[in-house]
Amino acid sequence: MALFLLRRAILAVLVCLTVLVISFALTRIAGDPAIAIAGPQATAADLAAIHLAYGLDRPLPRQFLDWVWAALHGDLGRSYLFRAPVWELVAARLPVTLTLGGVGLGFALLIGPPLGVVAALNEGRAVDRLVGMVALLGQALPSFWLALMLIIFFGLRLQWLPIAGLDDWTGYILPGLVLSFSAIPALMRLTRSGMIEALASDYIRTARAGGLSRASIVLKHAGRNAAMPVVAIAAVQLGFMLGGSIVTESVFNLPGVGYLAWESISKNDFPVVQAVVLILAVIYIALTLGADLLNALLDPRLRATRA
Amino acid sequence: MIRRLSAILGALILATALIAALIGPTLVPHDPFTQDLMARLTPPAWLGGTTDHVLGTDQLGRDYAARLVYGARISLLIGATAALASGVIGITLGVLGGFFGGRVDDVVMFAITCRLSIPLILVALAIVSAVGSSLPVVVLTLGLLLWDRFAVVARTATMQVRTLDYVAAAQAAGASLPHVLWREVLPNIAHHLVVVATLEVALAILLESVLSFLGLGVPAPLPSWGLMIAEGKDYMFFEPWVVVIPGAALFTLVLGINLVGDGLRDGLAVRRG
Repeated sequence: MALFLLRRAILAVLVCLTVLVISFALTRIAGDPAIAIAGPQATAADLAAIHLAYGLDRPLPRQFLDWVWAALHGDLGRSYLFRAPVWELVAARLPVTLTLGGVGLGFALLIGPPLGVVAALNEGRAVDRLVGMVALLGQALPSFWLALMLIIFFGLRLQWLPIAGLDDWTGYILPGLVLSFSAIPALMRLTRSGMIEALASDYIRTARAGGLSRASIVLKHAGRNAAMPVVAIAAVQLGFMLGGSIVTESVFNLPGVGYLAWESISKNDFPVVQAVVLILAVIYIALTLGADLLNALLDPRLRATRA
Repeated sequence: MIRRLSAILGALILATALIAALIGPTLVPHDPFTQDLMARLTPPAWLGGTTDHVLGTDQLGRDYAARLVYGARISLLIGATAALASGVIGITLGVLGGFFGGRVDDVVMFAITCRLSIPLILVALAIVSAVGSSLPVVVLTLGLLLWDRFAVVARTATMQVRTLDYVAAAQAAGASLPHVLWREVLPNIAHHLVVVATLEVALAILLESVLSFLGLGVPAPLPSWGLMIAEGKDYMFFEPWVVVIPGAALFTLVLGINLVGDGLRDGLAVRRG
């Protein structure tokens, strides 16, 4: 167990380091960042001044190490555009994105796994096929288009829900629904296959033979075993959803990290882009690490095979 | 039976899109780039428009049917080439990792983990914005980012194949390593990879539309479906069809490709099983 934890933690740290390199490289593939700061009309003297001010005159590896060192101390640099520390900008917007991710995951868990259970209990029958079809349709829906359709229908035709911004909690409903759609097919399929496998196993037969009620068998015995992989995938999907929030937030005009990133990308505000990539990646790494640990705690078999 | 029907439906959708992409421009009597400012936002024929512009015109008076058909060409082109690029990367990594195991496999698994942890759309947007948006840039960016599923599937499939007799026989017969990988391993995992390829084509088409929708995909005035939706967004409150039409096309094409993929998986599984 300890060995498994250690290996998993070392892997997470190595992945973090690689992501640091990637997010640093992202801001340099375009060439000299000074041109982006100063604009196309800048003179050589302007550029030299900016090089000096931002430390861009130092060798690239040195710049990278400086940035990593600062990042480790919580300093993610300053935004060219907002003229404020990047960390403050991100921290002010992170709650919106995390809430949105939470709402999205909530919707996904309310819809995906129950559909999966229904499909598993009716394996091979029409209901099963119908659920499979729904998953397939969900997979093919472009999220930004779904967002626009929901805006037209619920926001404009029915006028039930706000279509942009965050005046109160209802502003999270439509964006959360859109975000959940990307996770529902995976959660549904996994629950279905897990339940089918669990229902066919020996301990379920024993439980049936012991005369337990169907509800008890499905929920308590099969459900618990089918739930483990779902927990892991739910964490991964939450990570993907936070990454996908850039689309949802820009369609619904939500002041979250994704919207900030989109704004920064279109205005060449590299330190912010770099920082958002890094933060979203670290959240994802932490989520998958957490899910792995939780799985290891729940399922002793996993500890034995992986460690 | 239903499964076969849905696979046929998918094939029909895909074939229609392919025909539209290849010869569609000769079937639609308008040019997708010619503007007609006197005939802006003409509704489609069934909403009170004319049969001259069956699907109406956009905010610059360009024929919507012509743009939609041209957009199919762009979607399929990007989907296929991006999937090809990501396939080359992913399959190479996956086969090497699965065949050699050990340290090589550790490196491959590490690369997959890193790839999955970086936010896909955000990084794609950042790259395209930094390098400048053009068709090749979009294709290469998507290719560089979408290889993970290819790698995962190729790796698992190679692991299953590498211990089989014909691989051992080829090695015993003195076949070179490239020969073993190329002629023995690859053909025997190809049926898994074909299914992944359909999924990746669909995903690449969706991602291209997202990039174009956010203004960093295919540059205007090229009629990408995502760009058409972005351009129509400002008018959708009064003319919803401007976003409904390209979005429905996108949704139908992606659904069709996924149906074909599902059909292939089932068909190949039956033949092998």
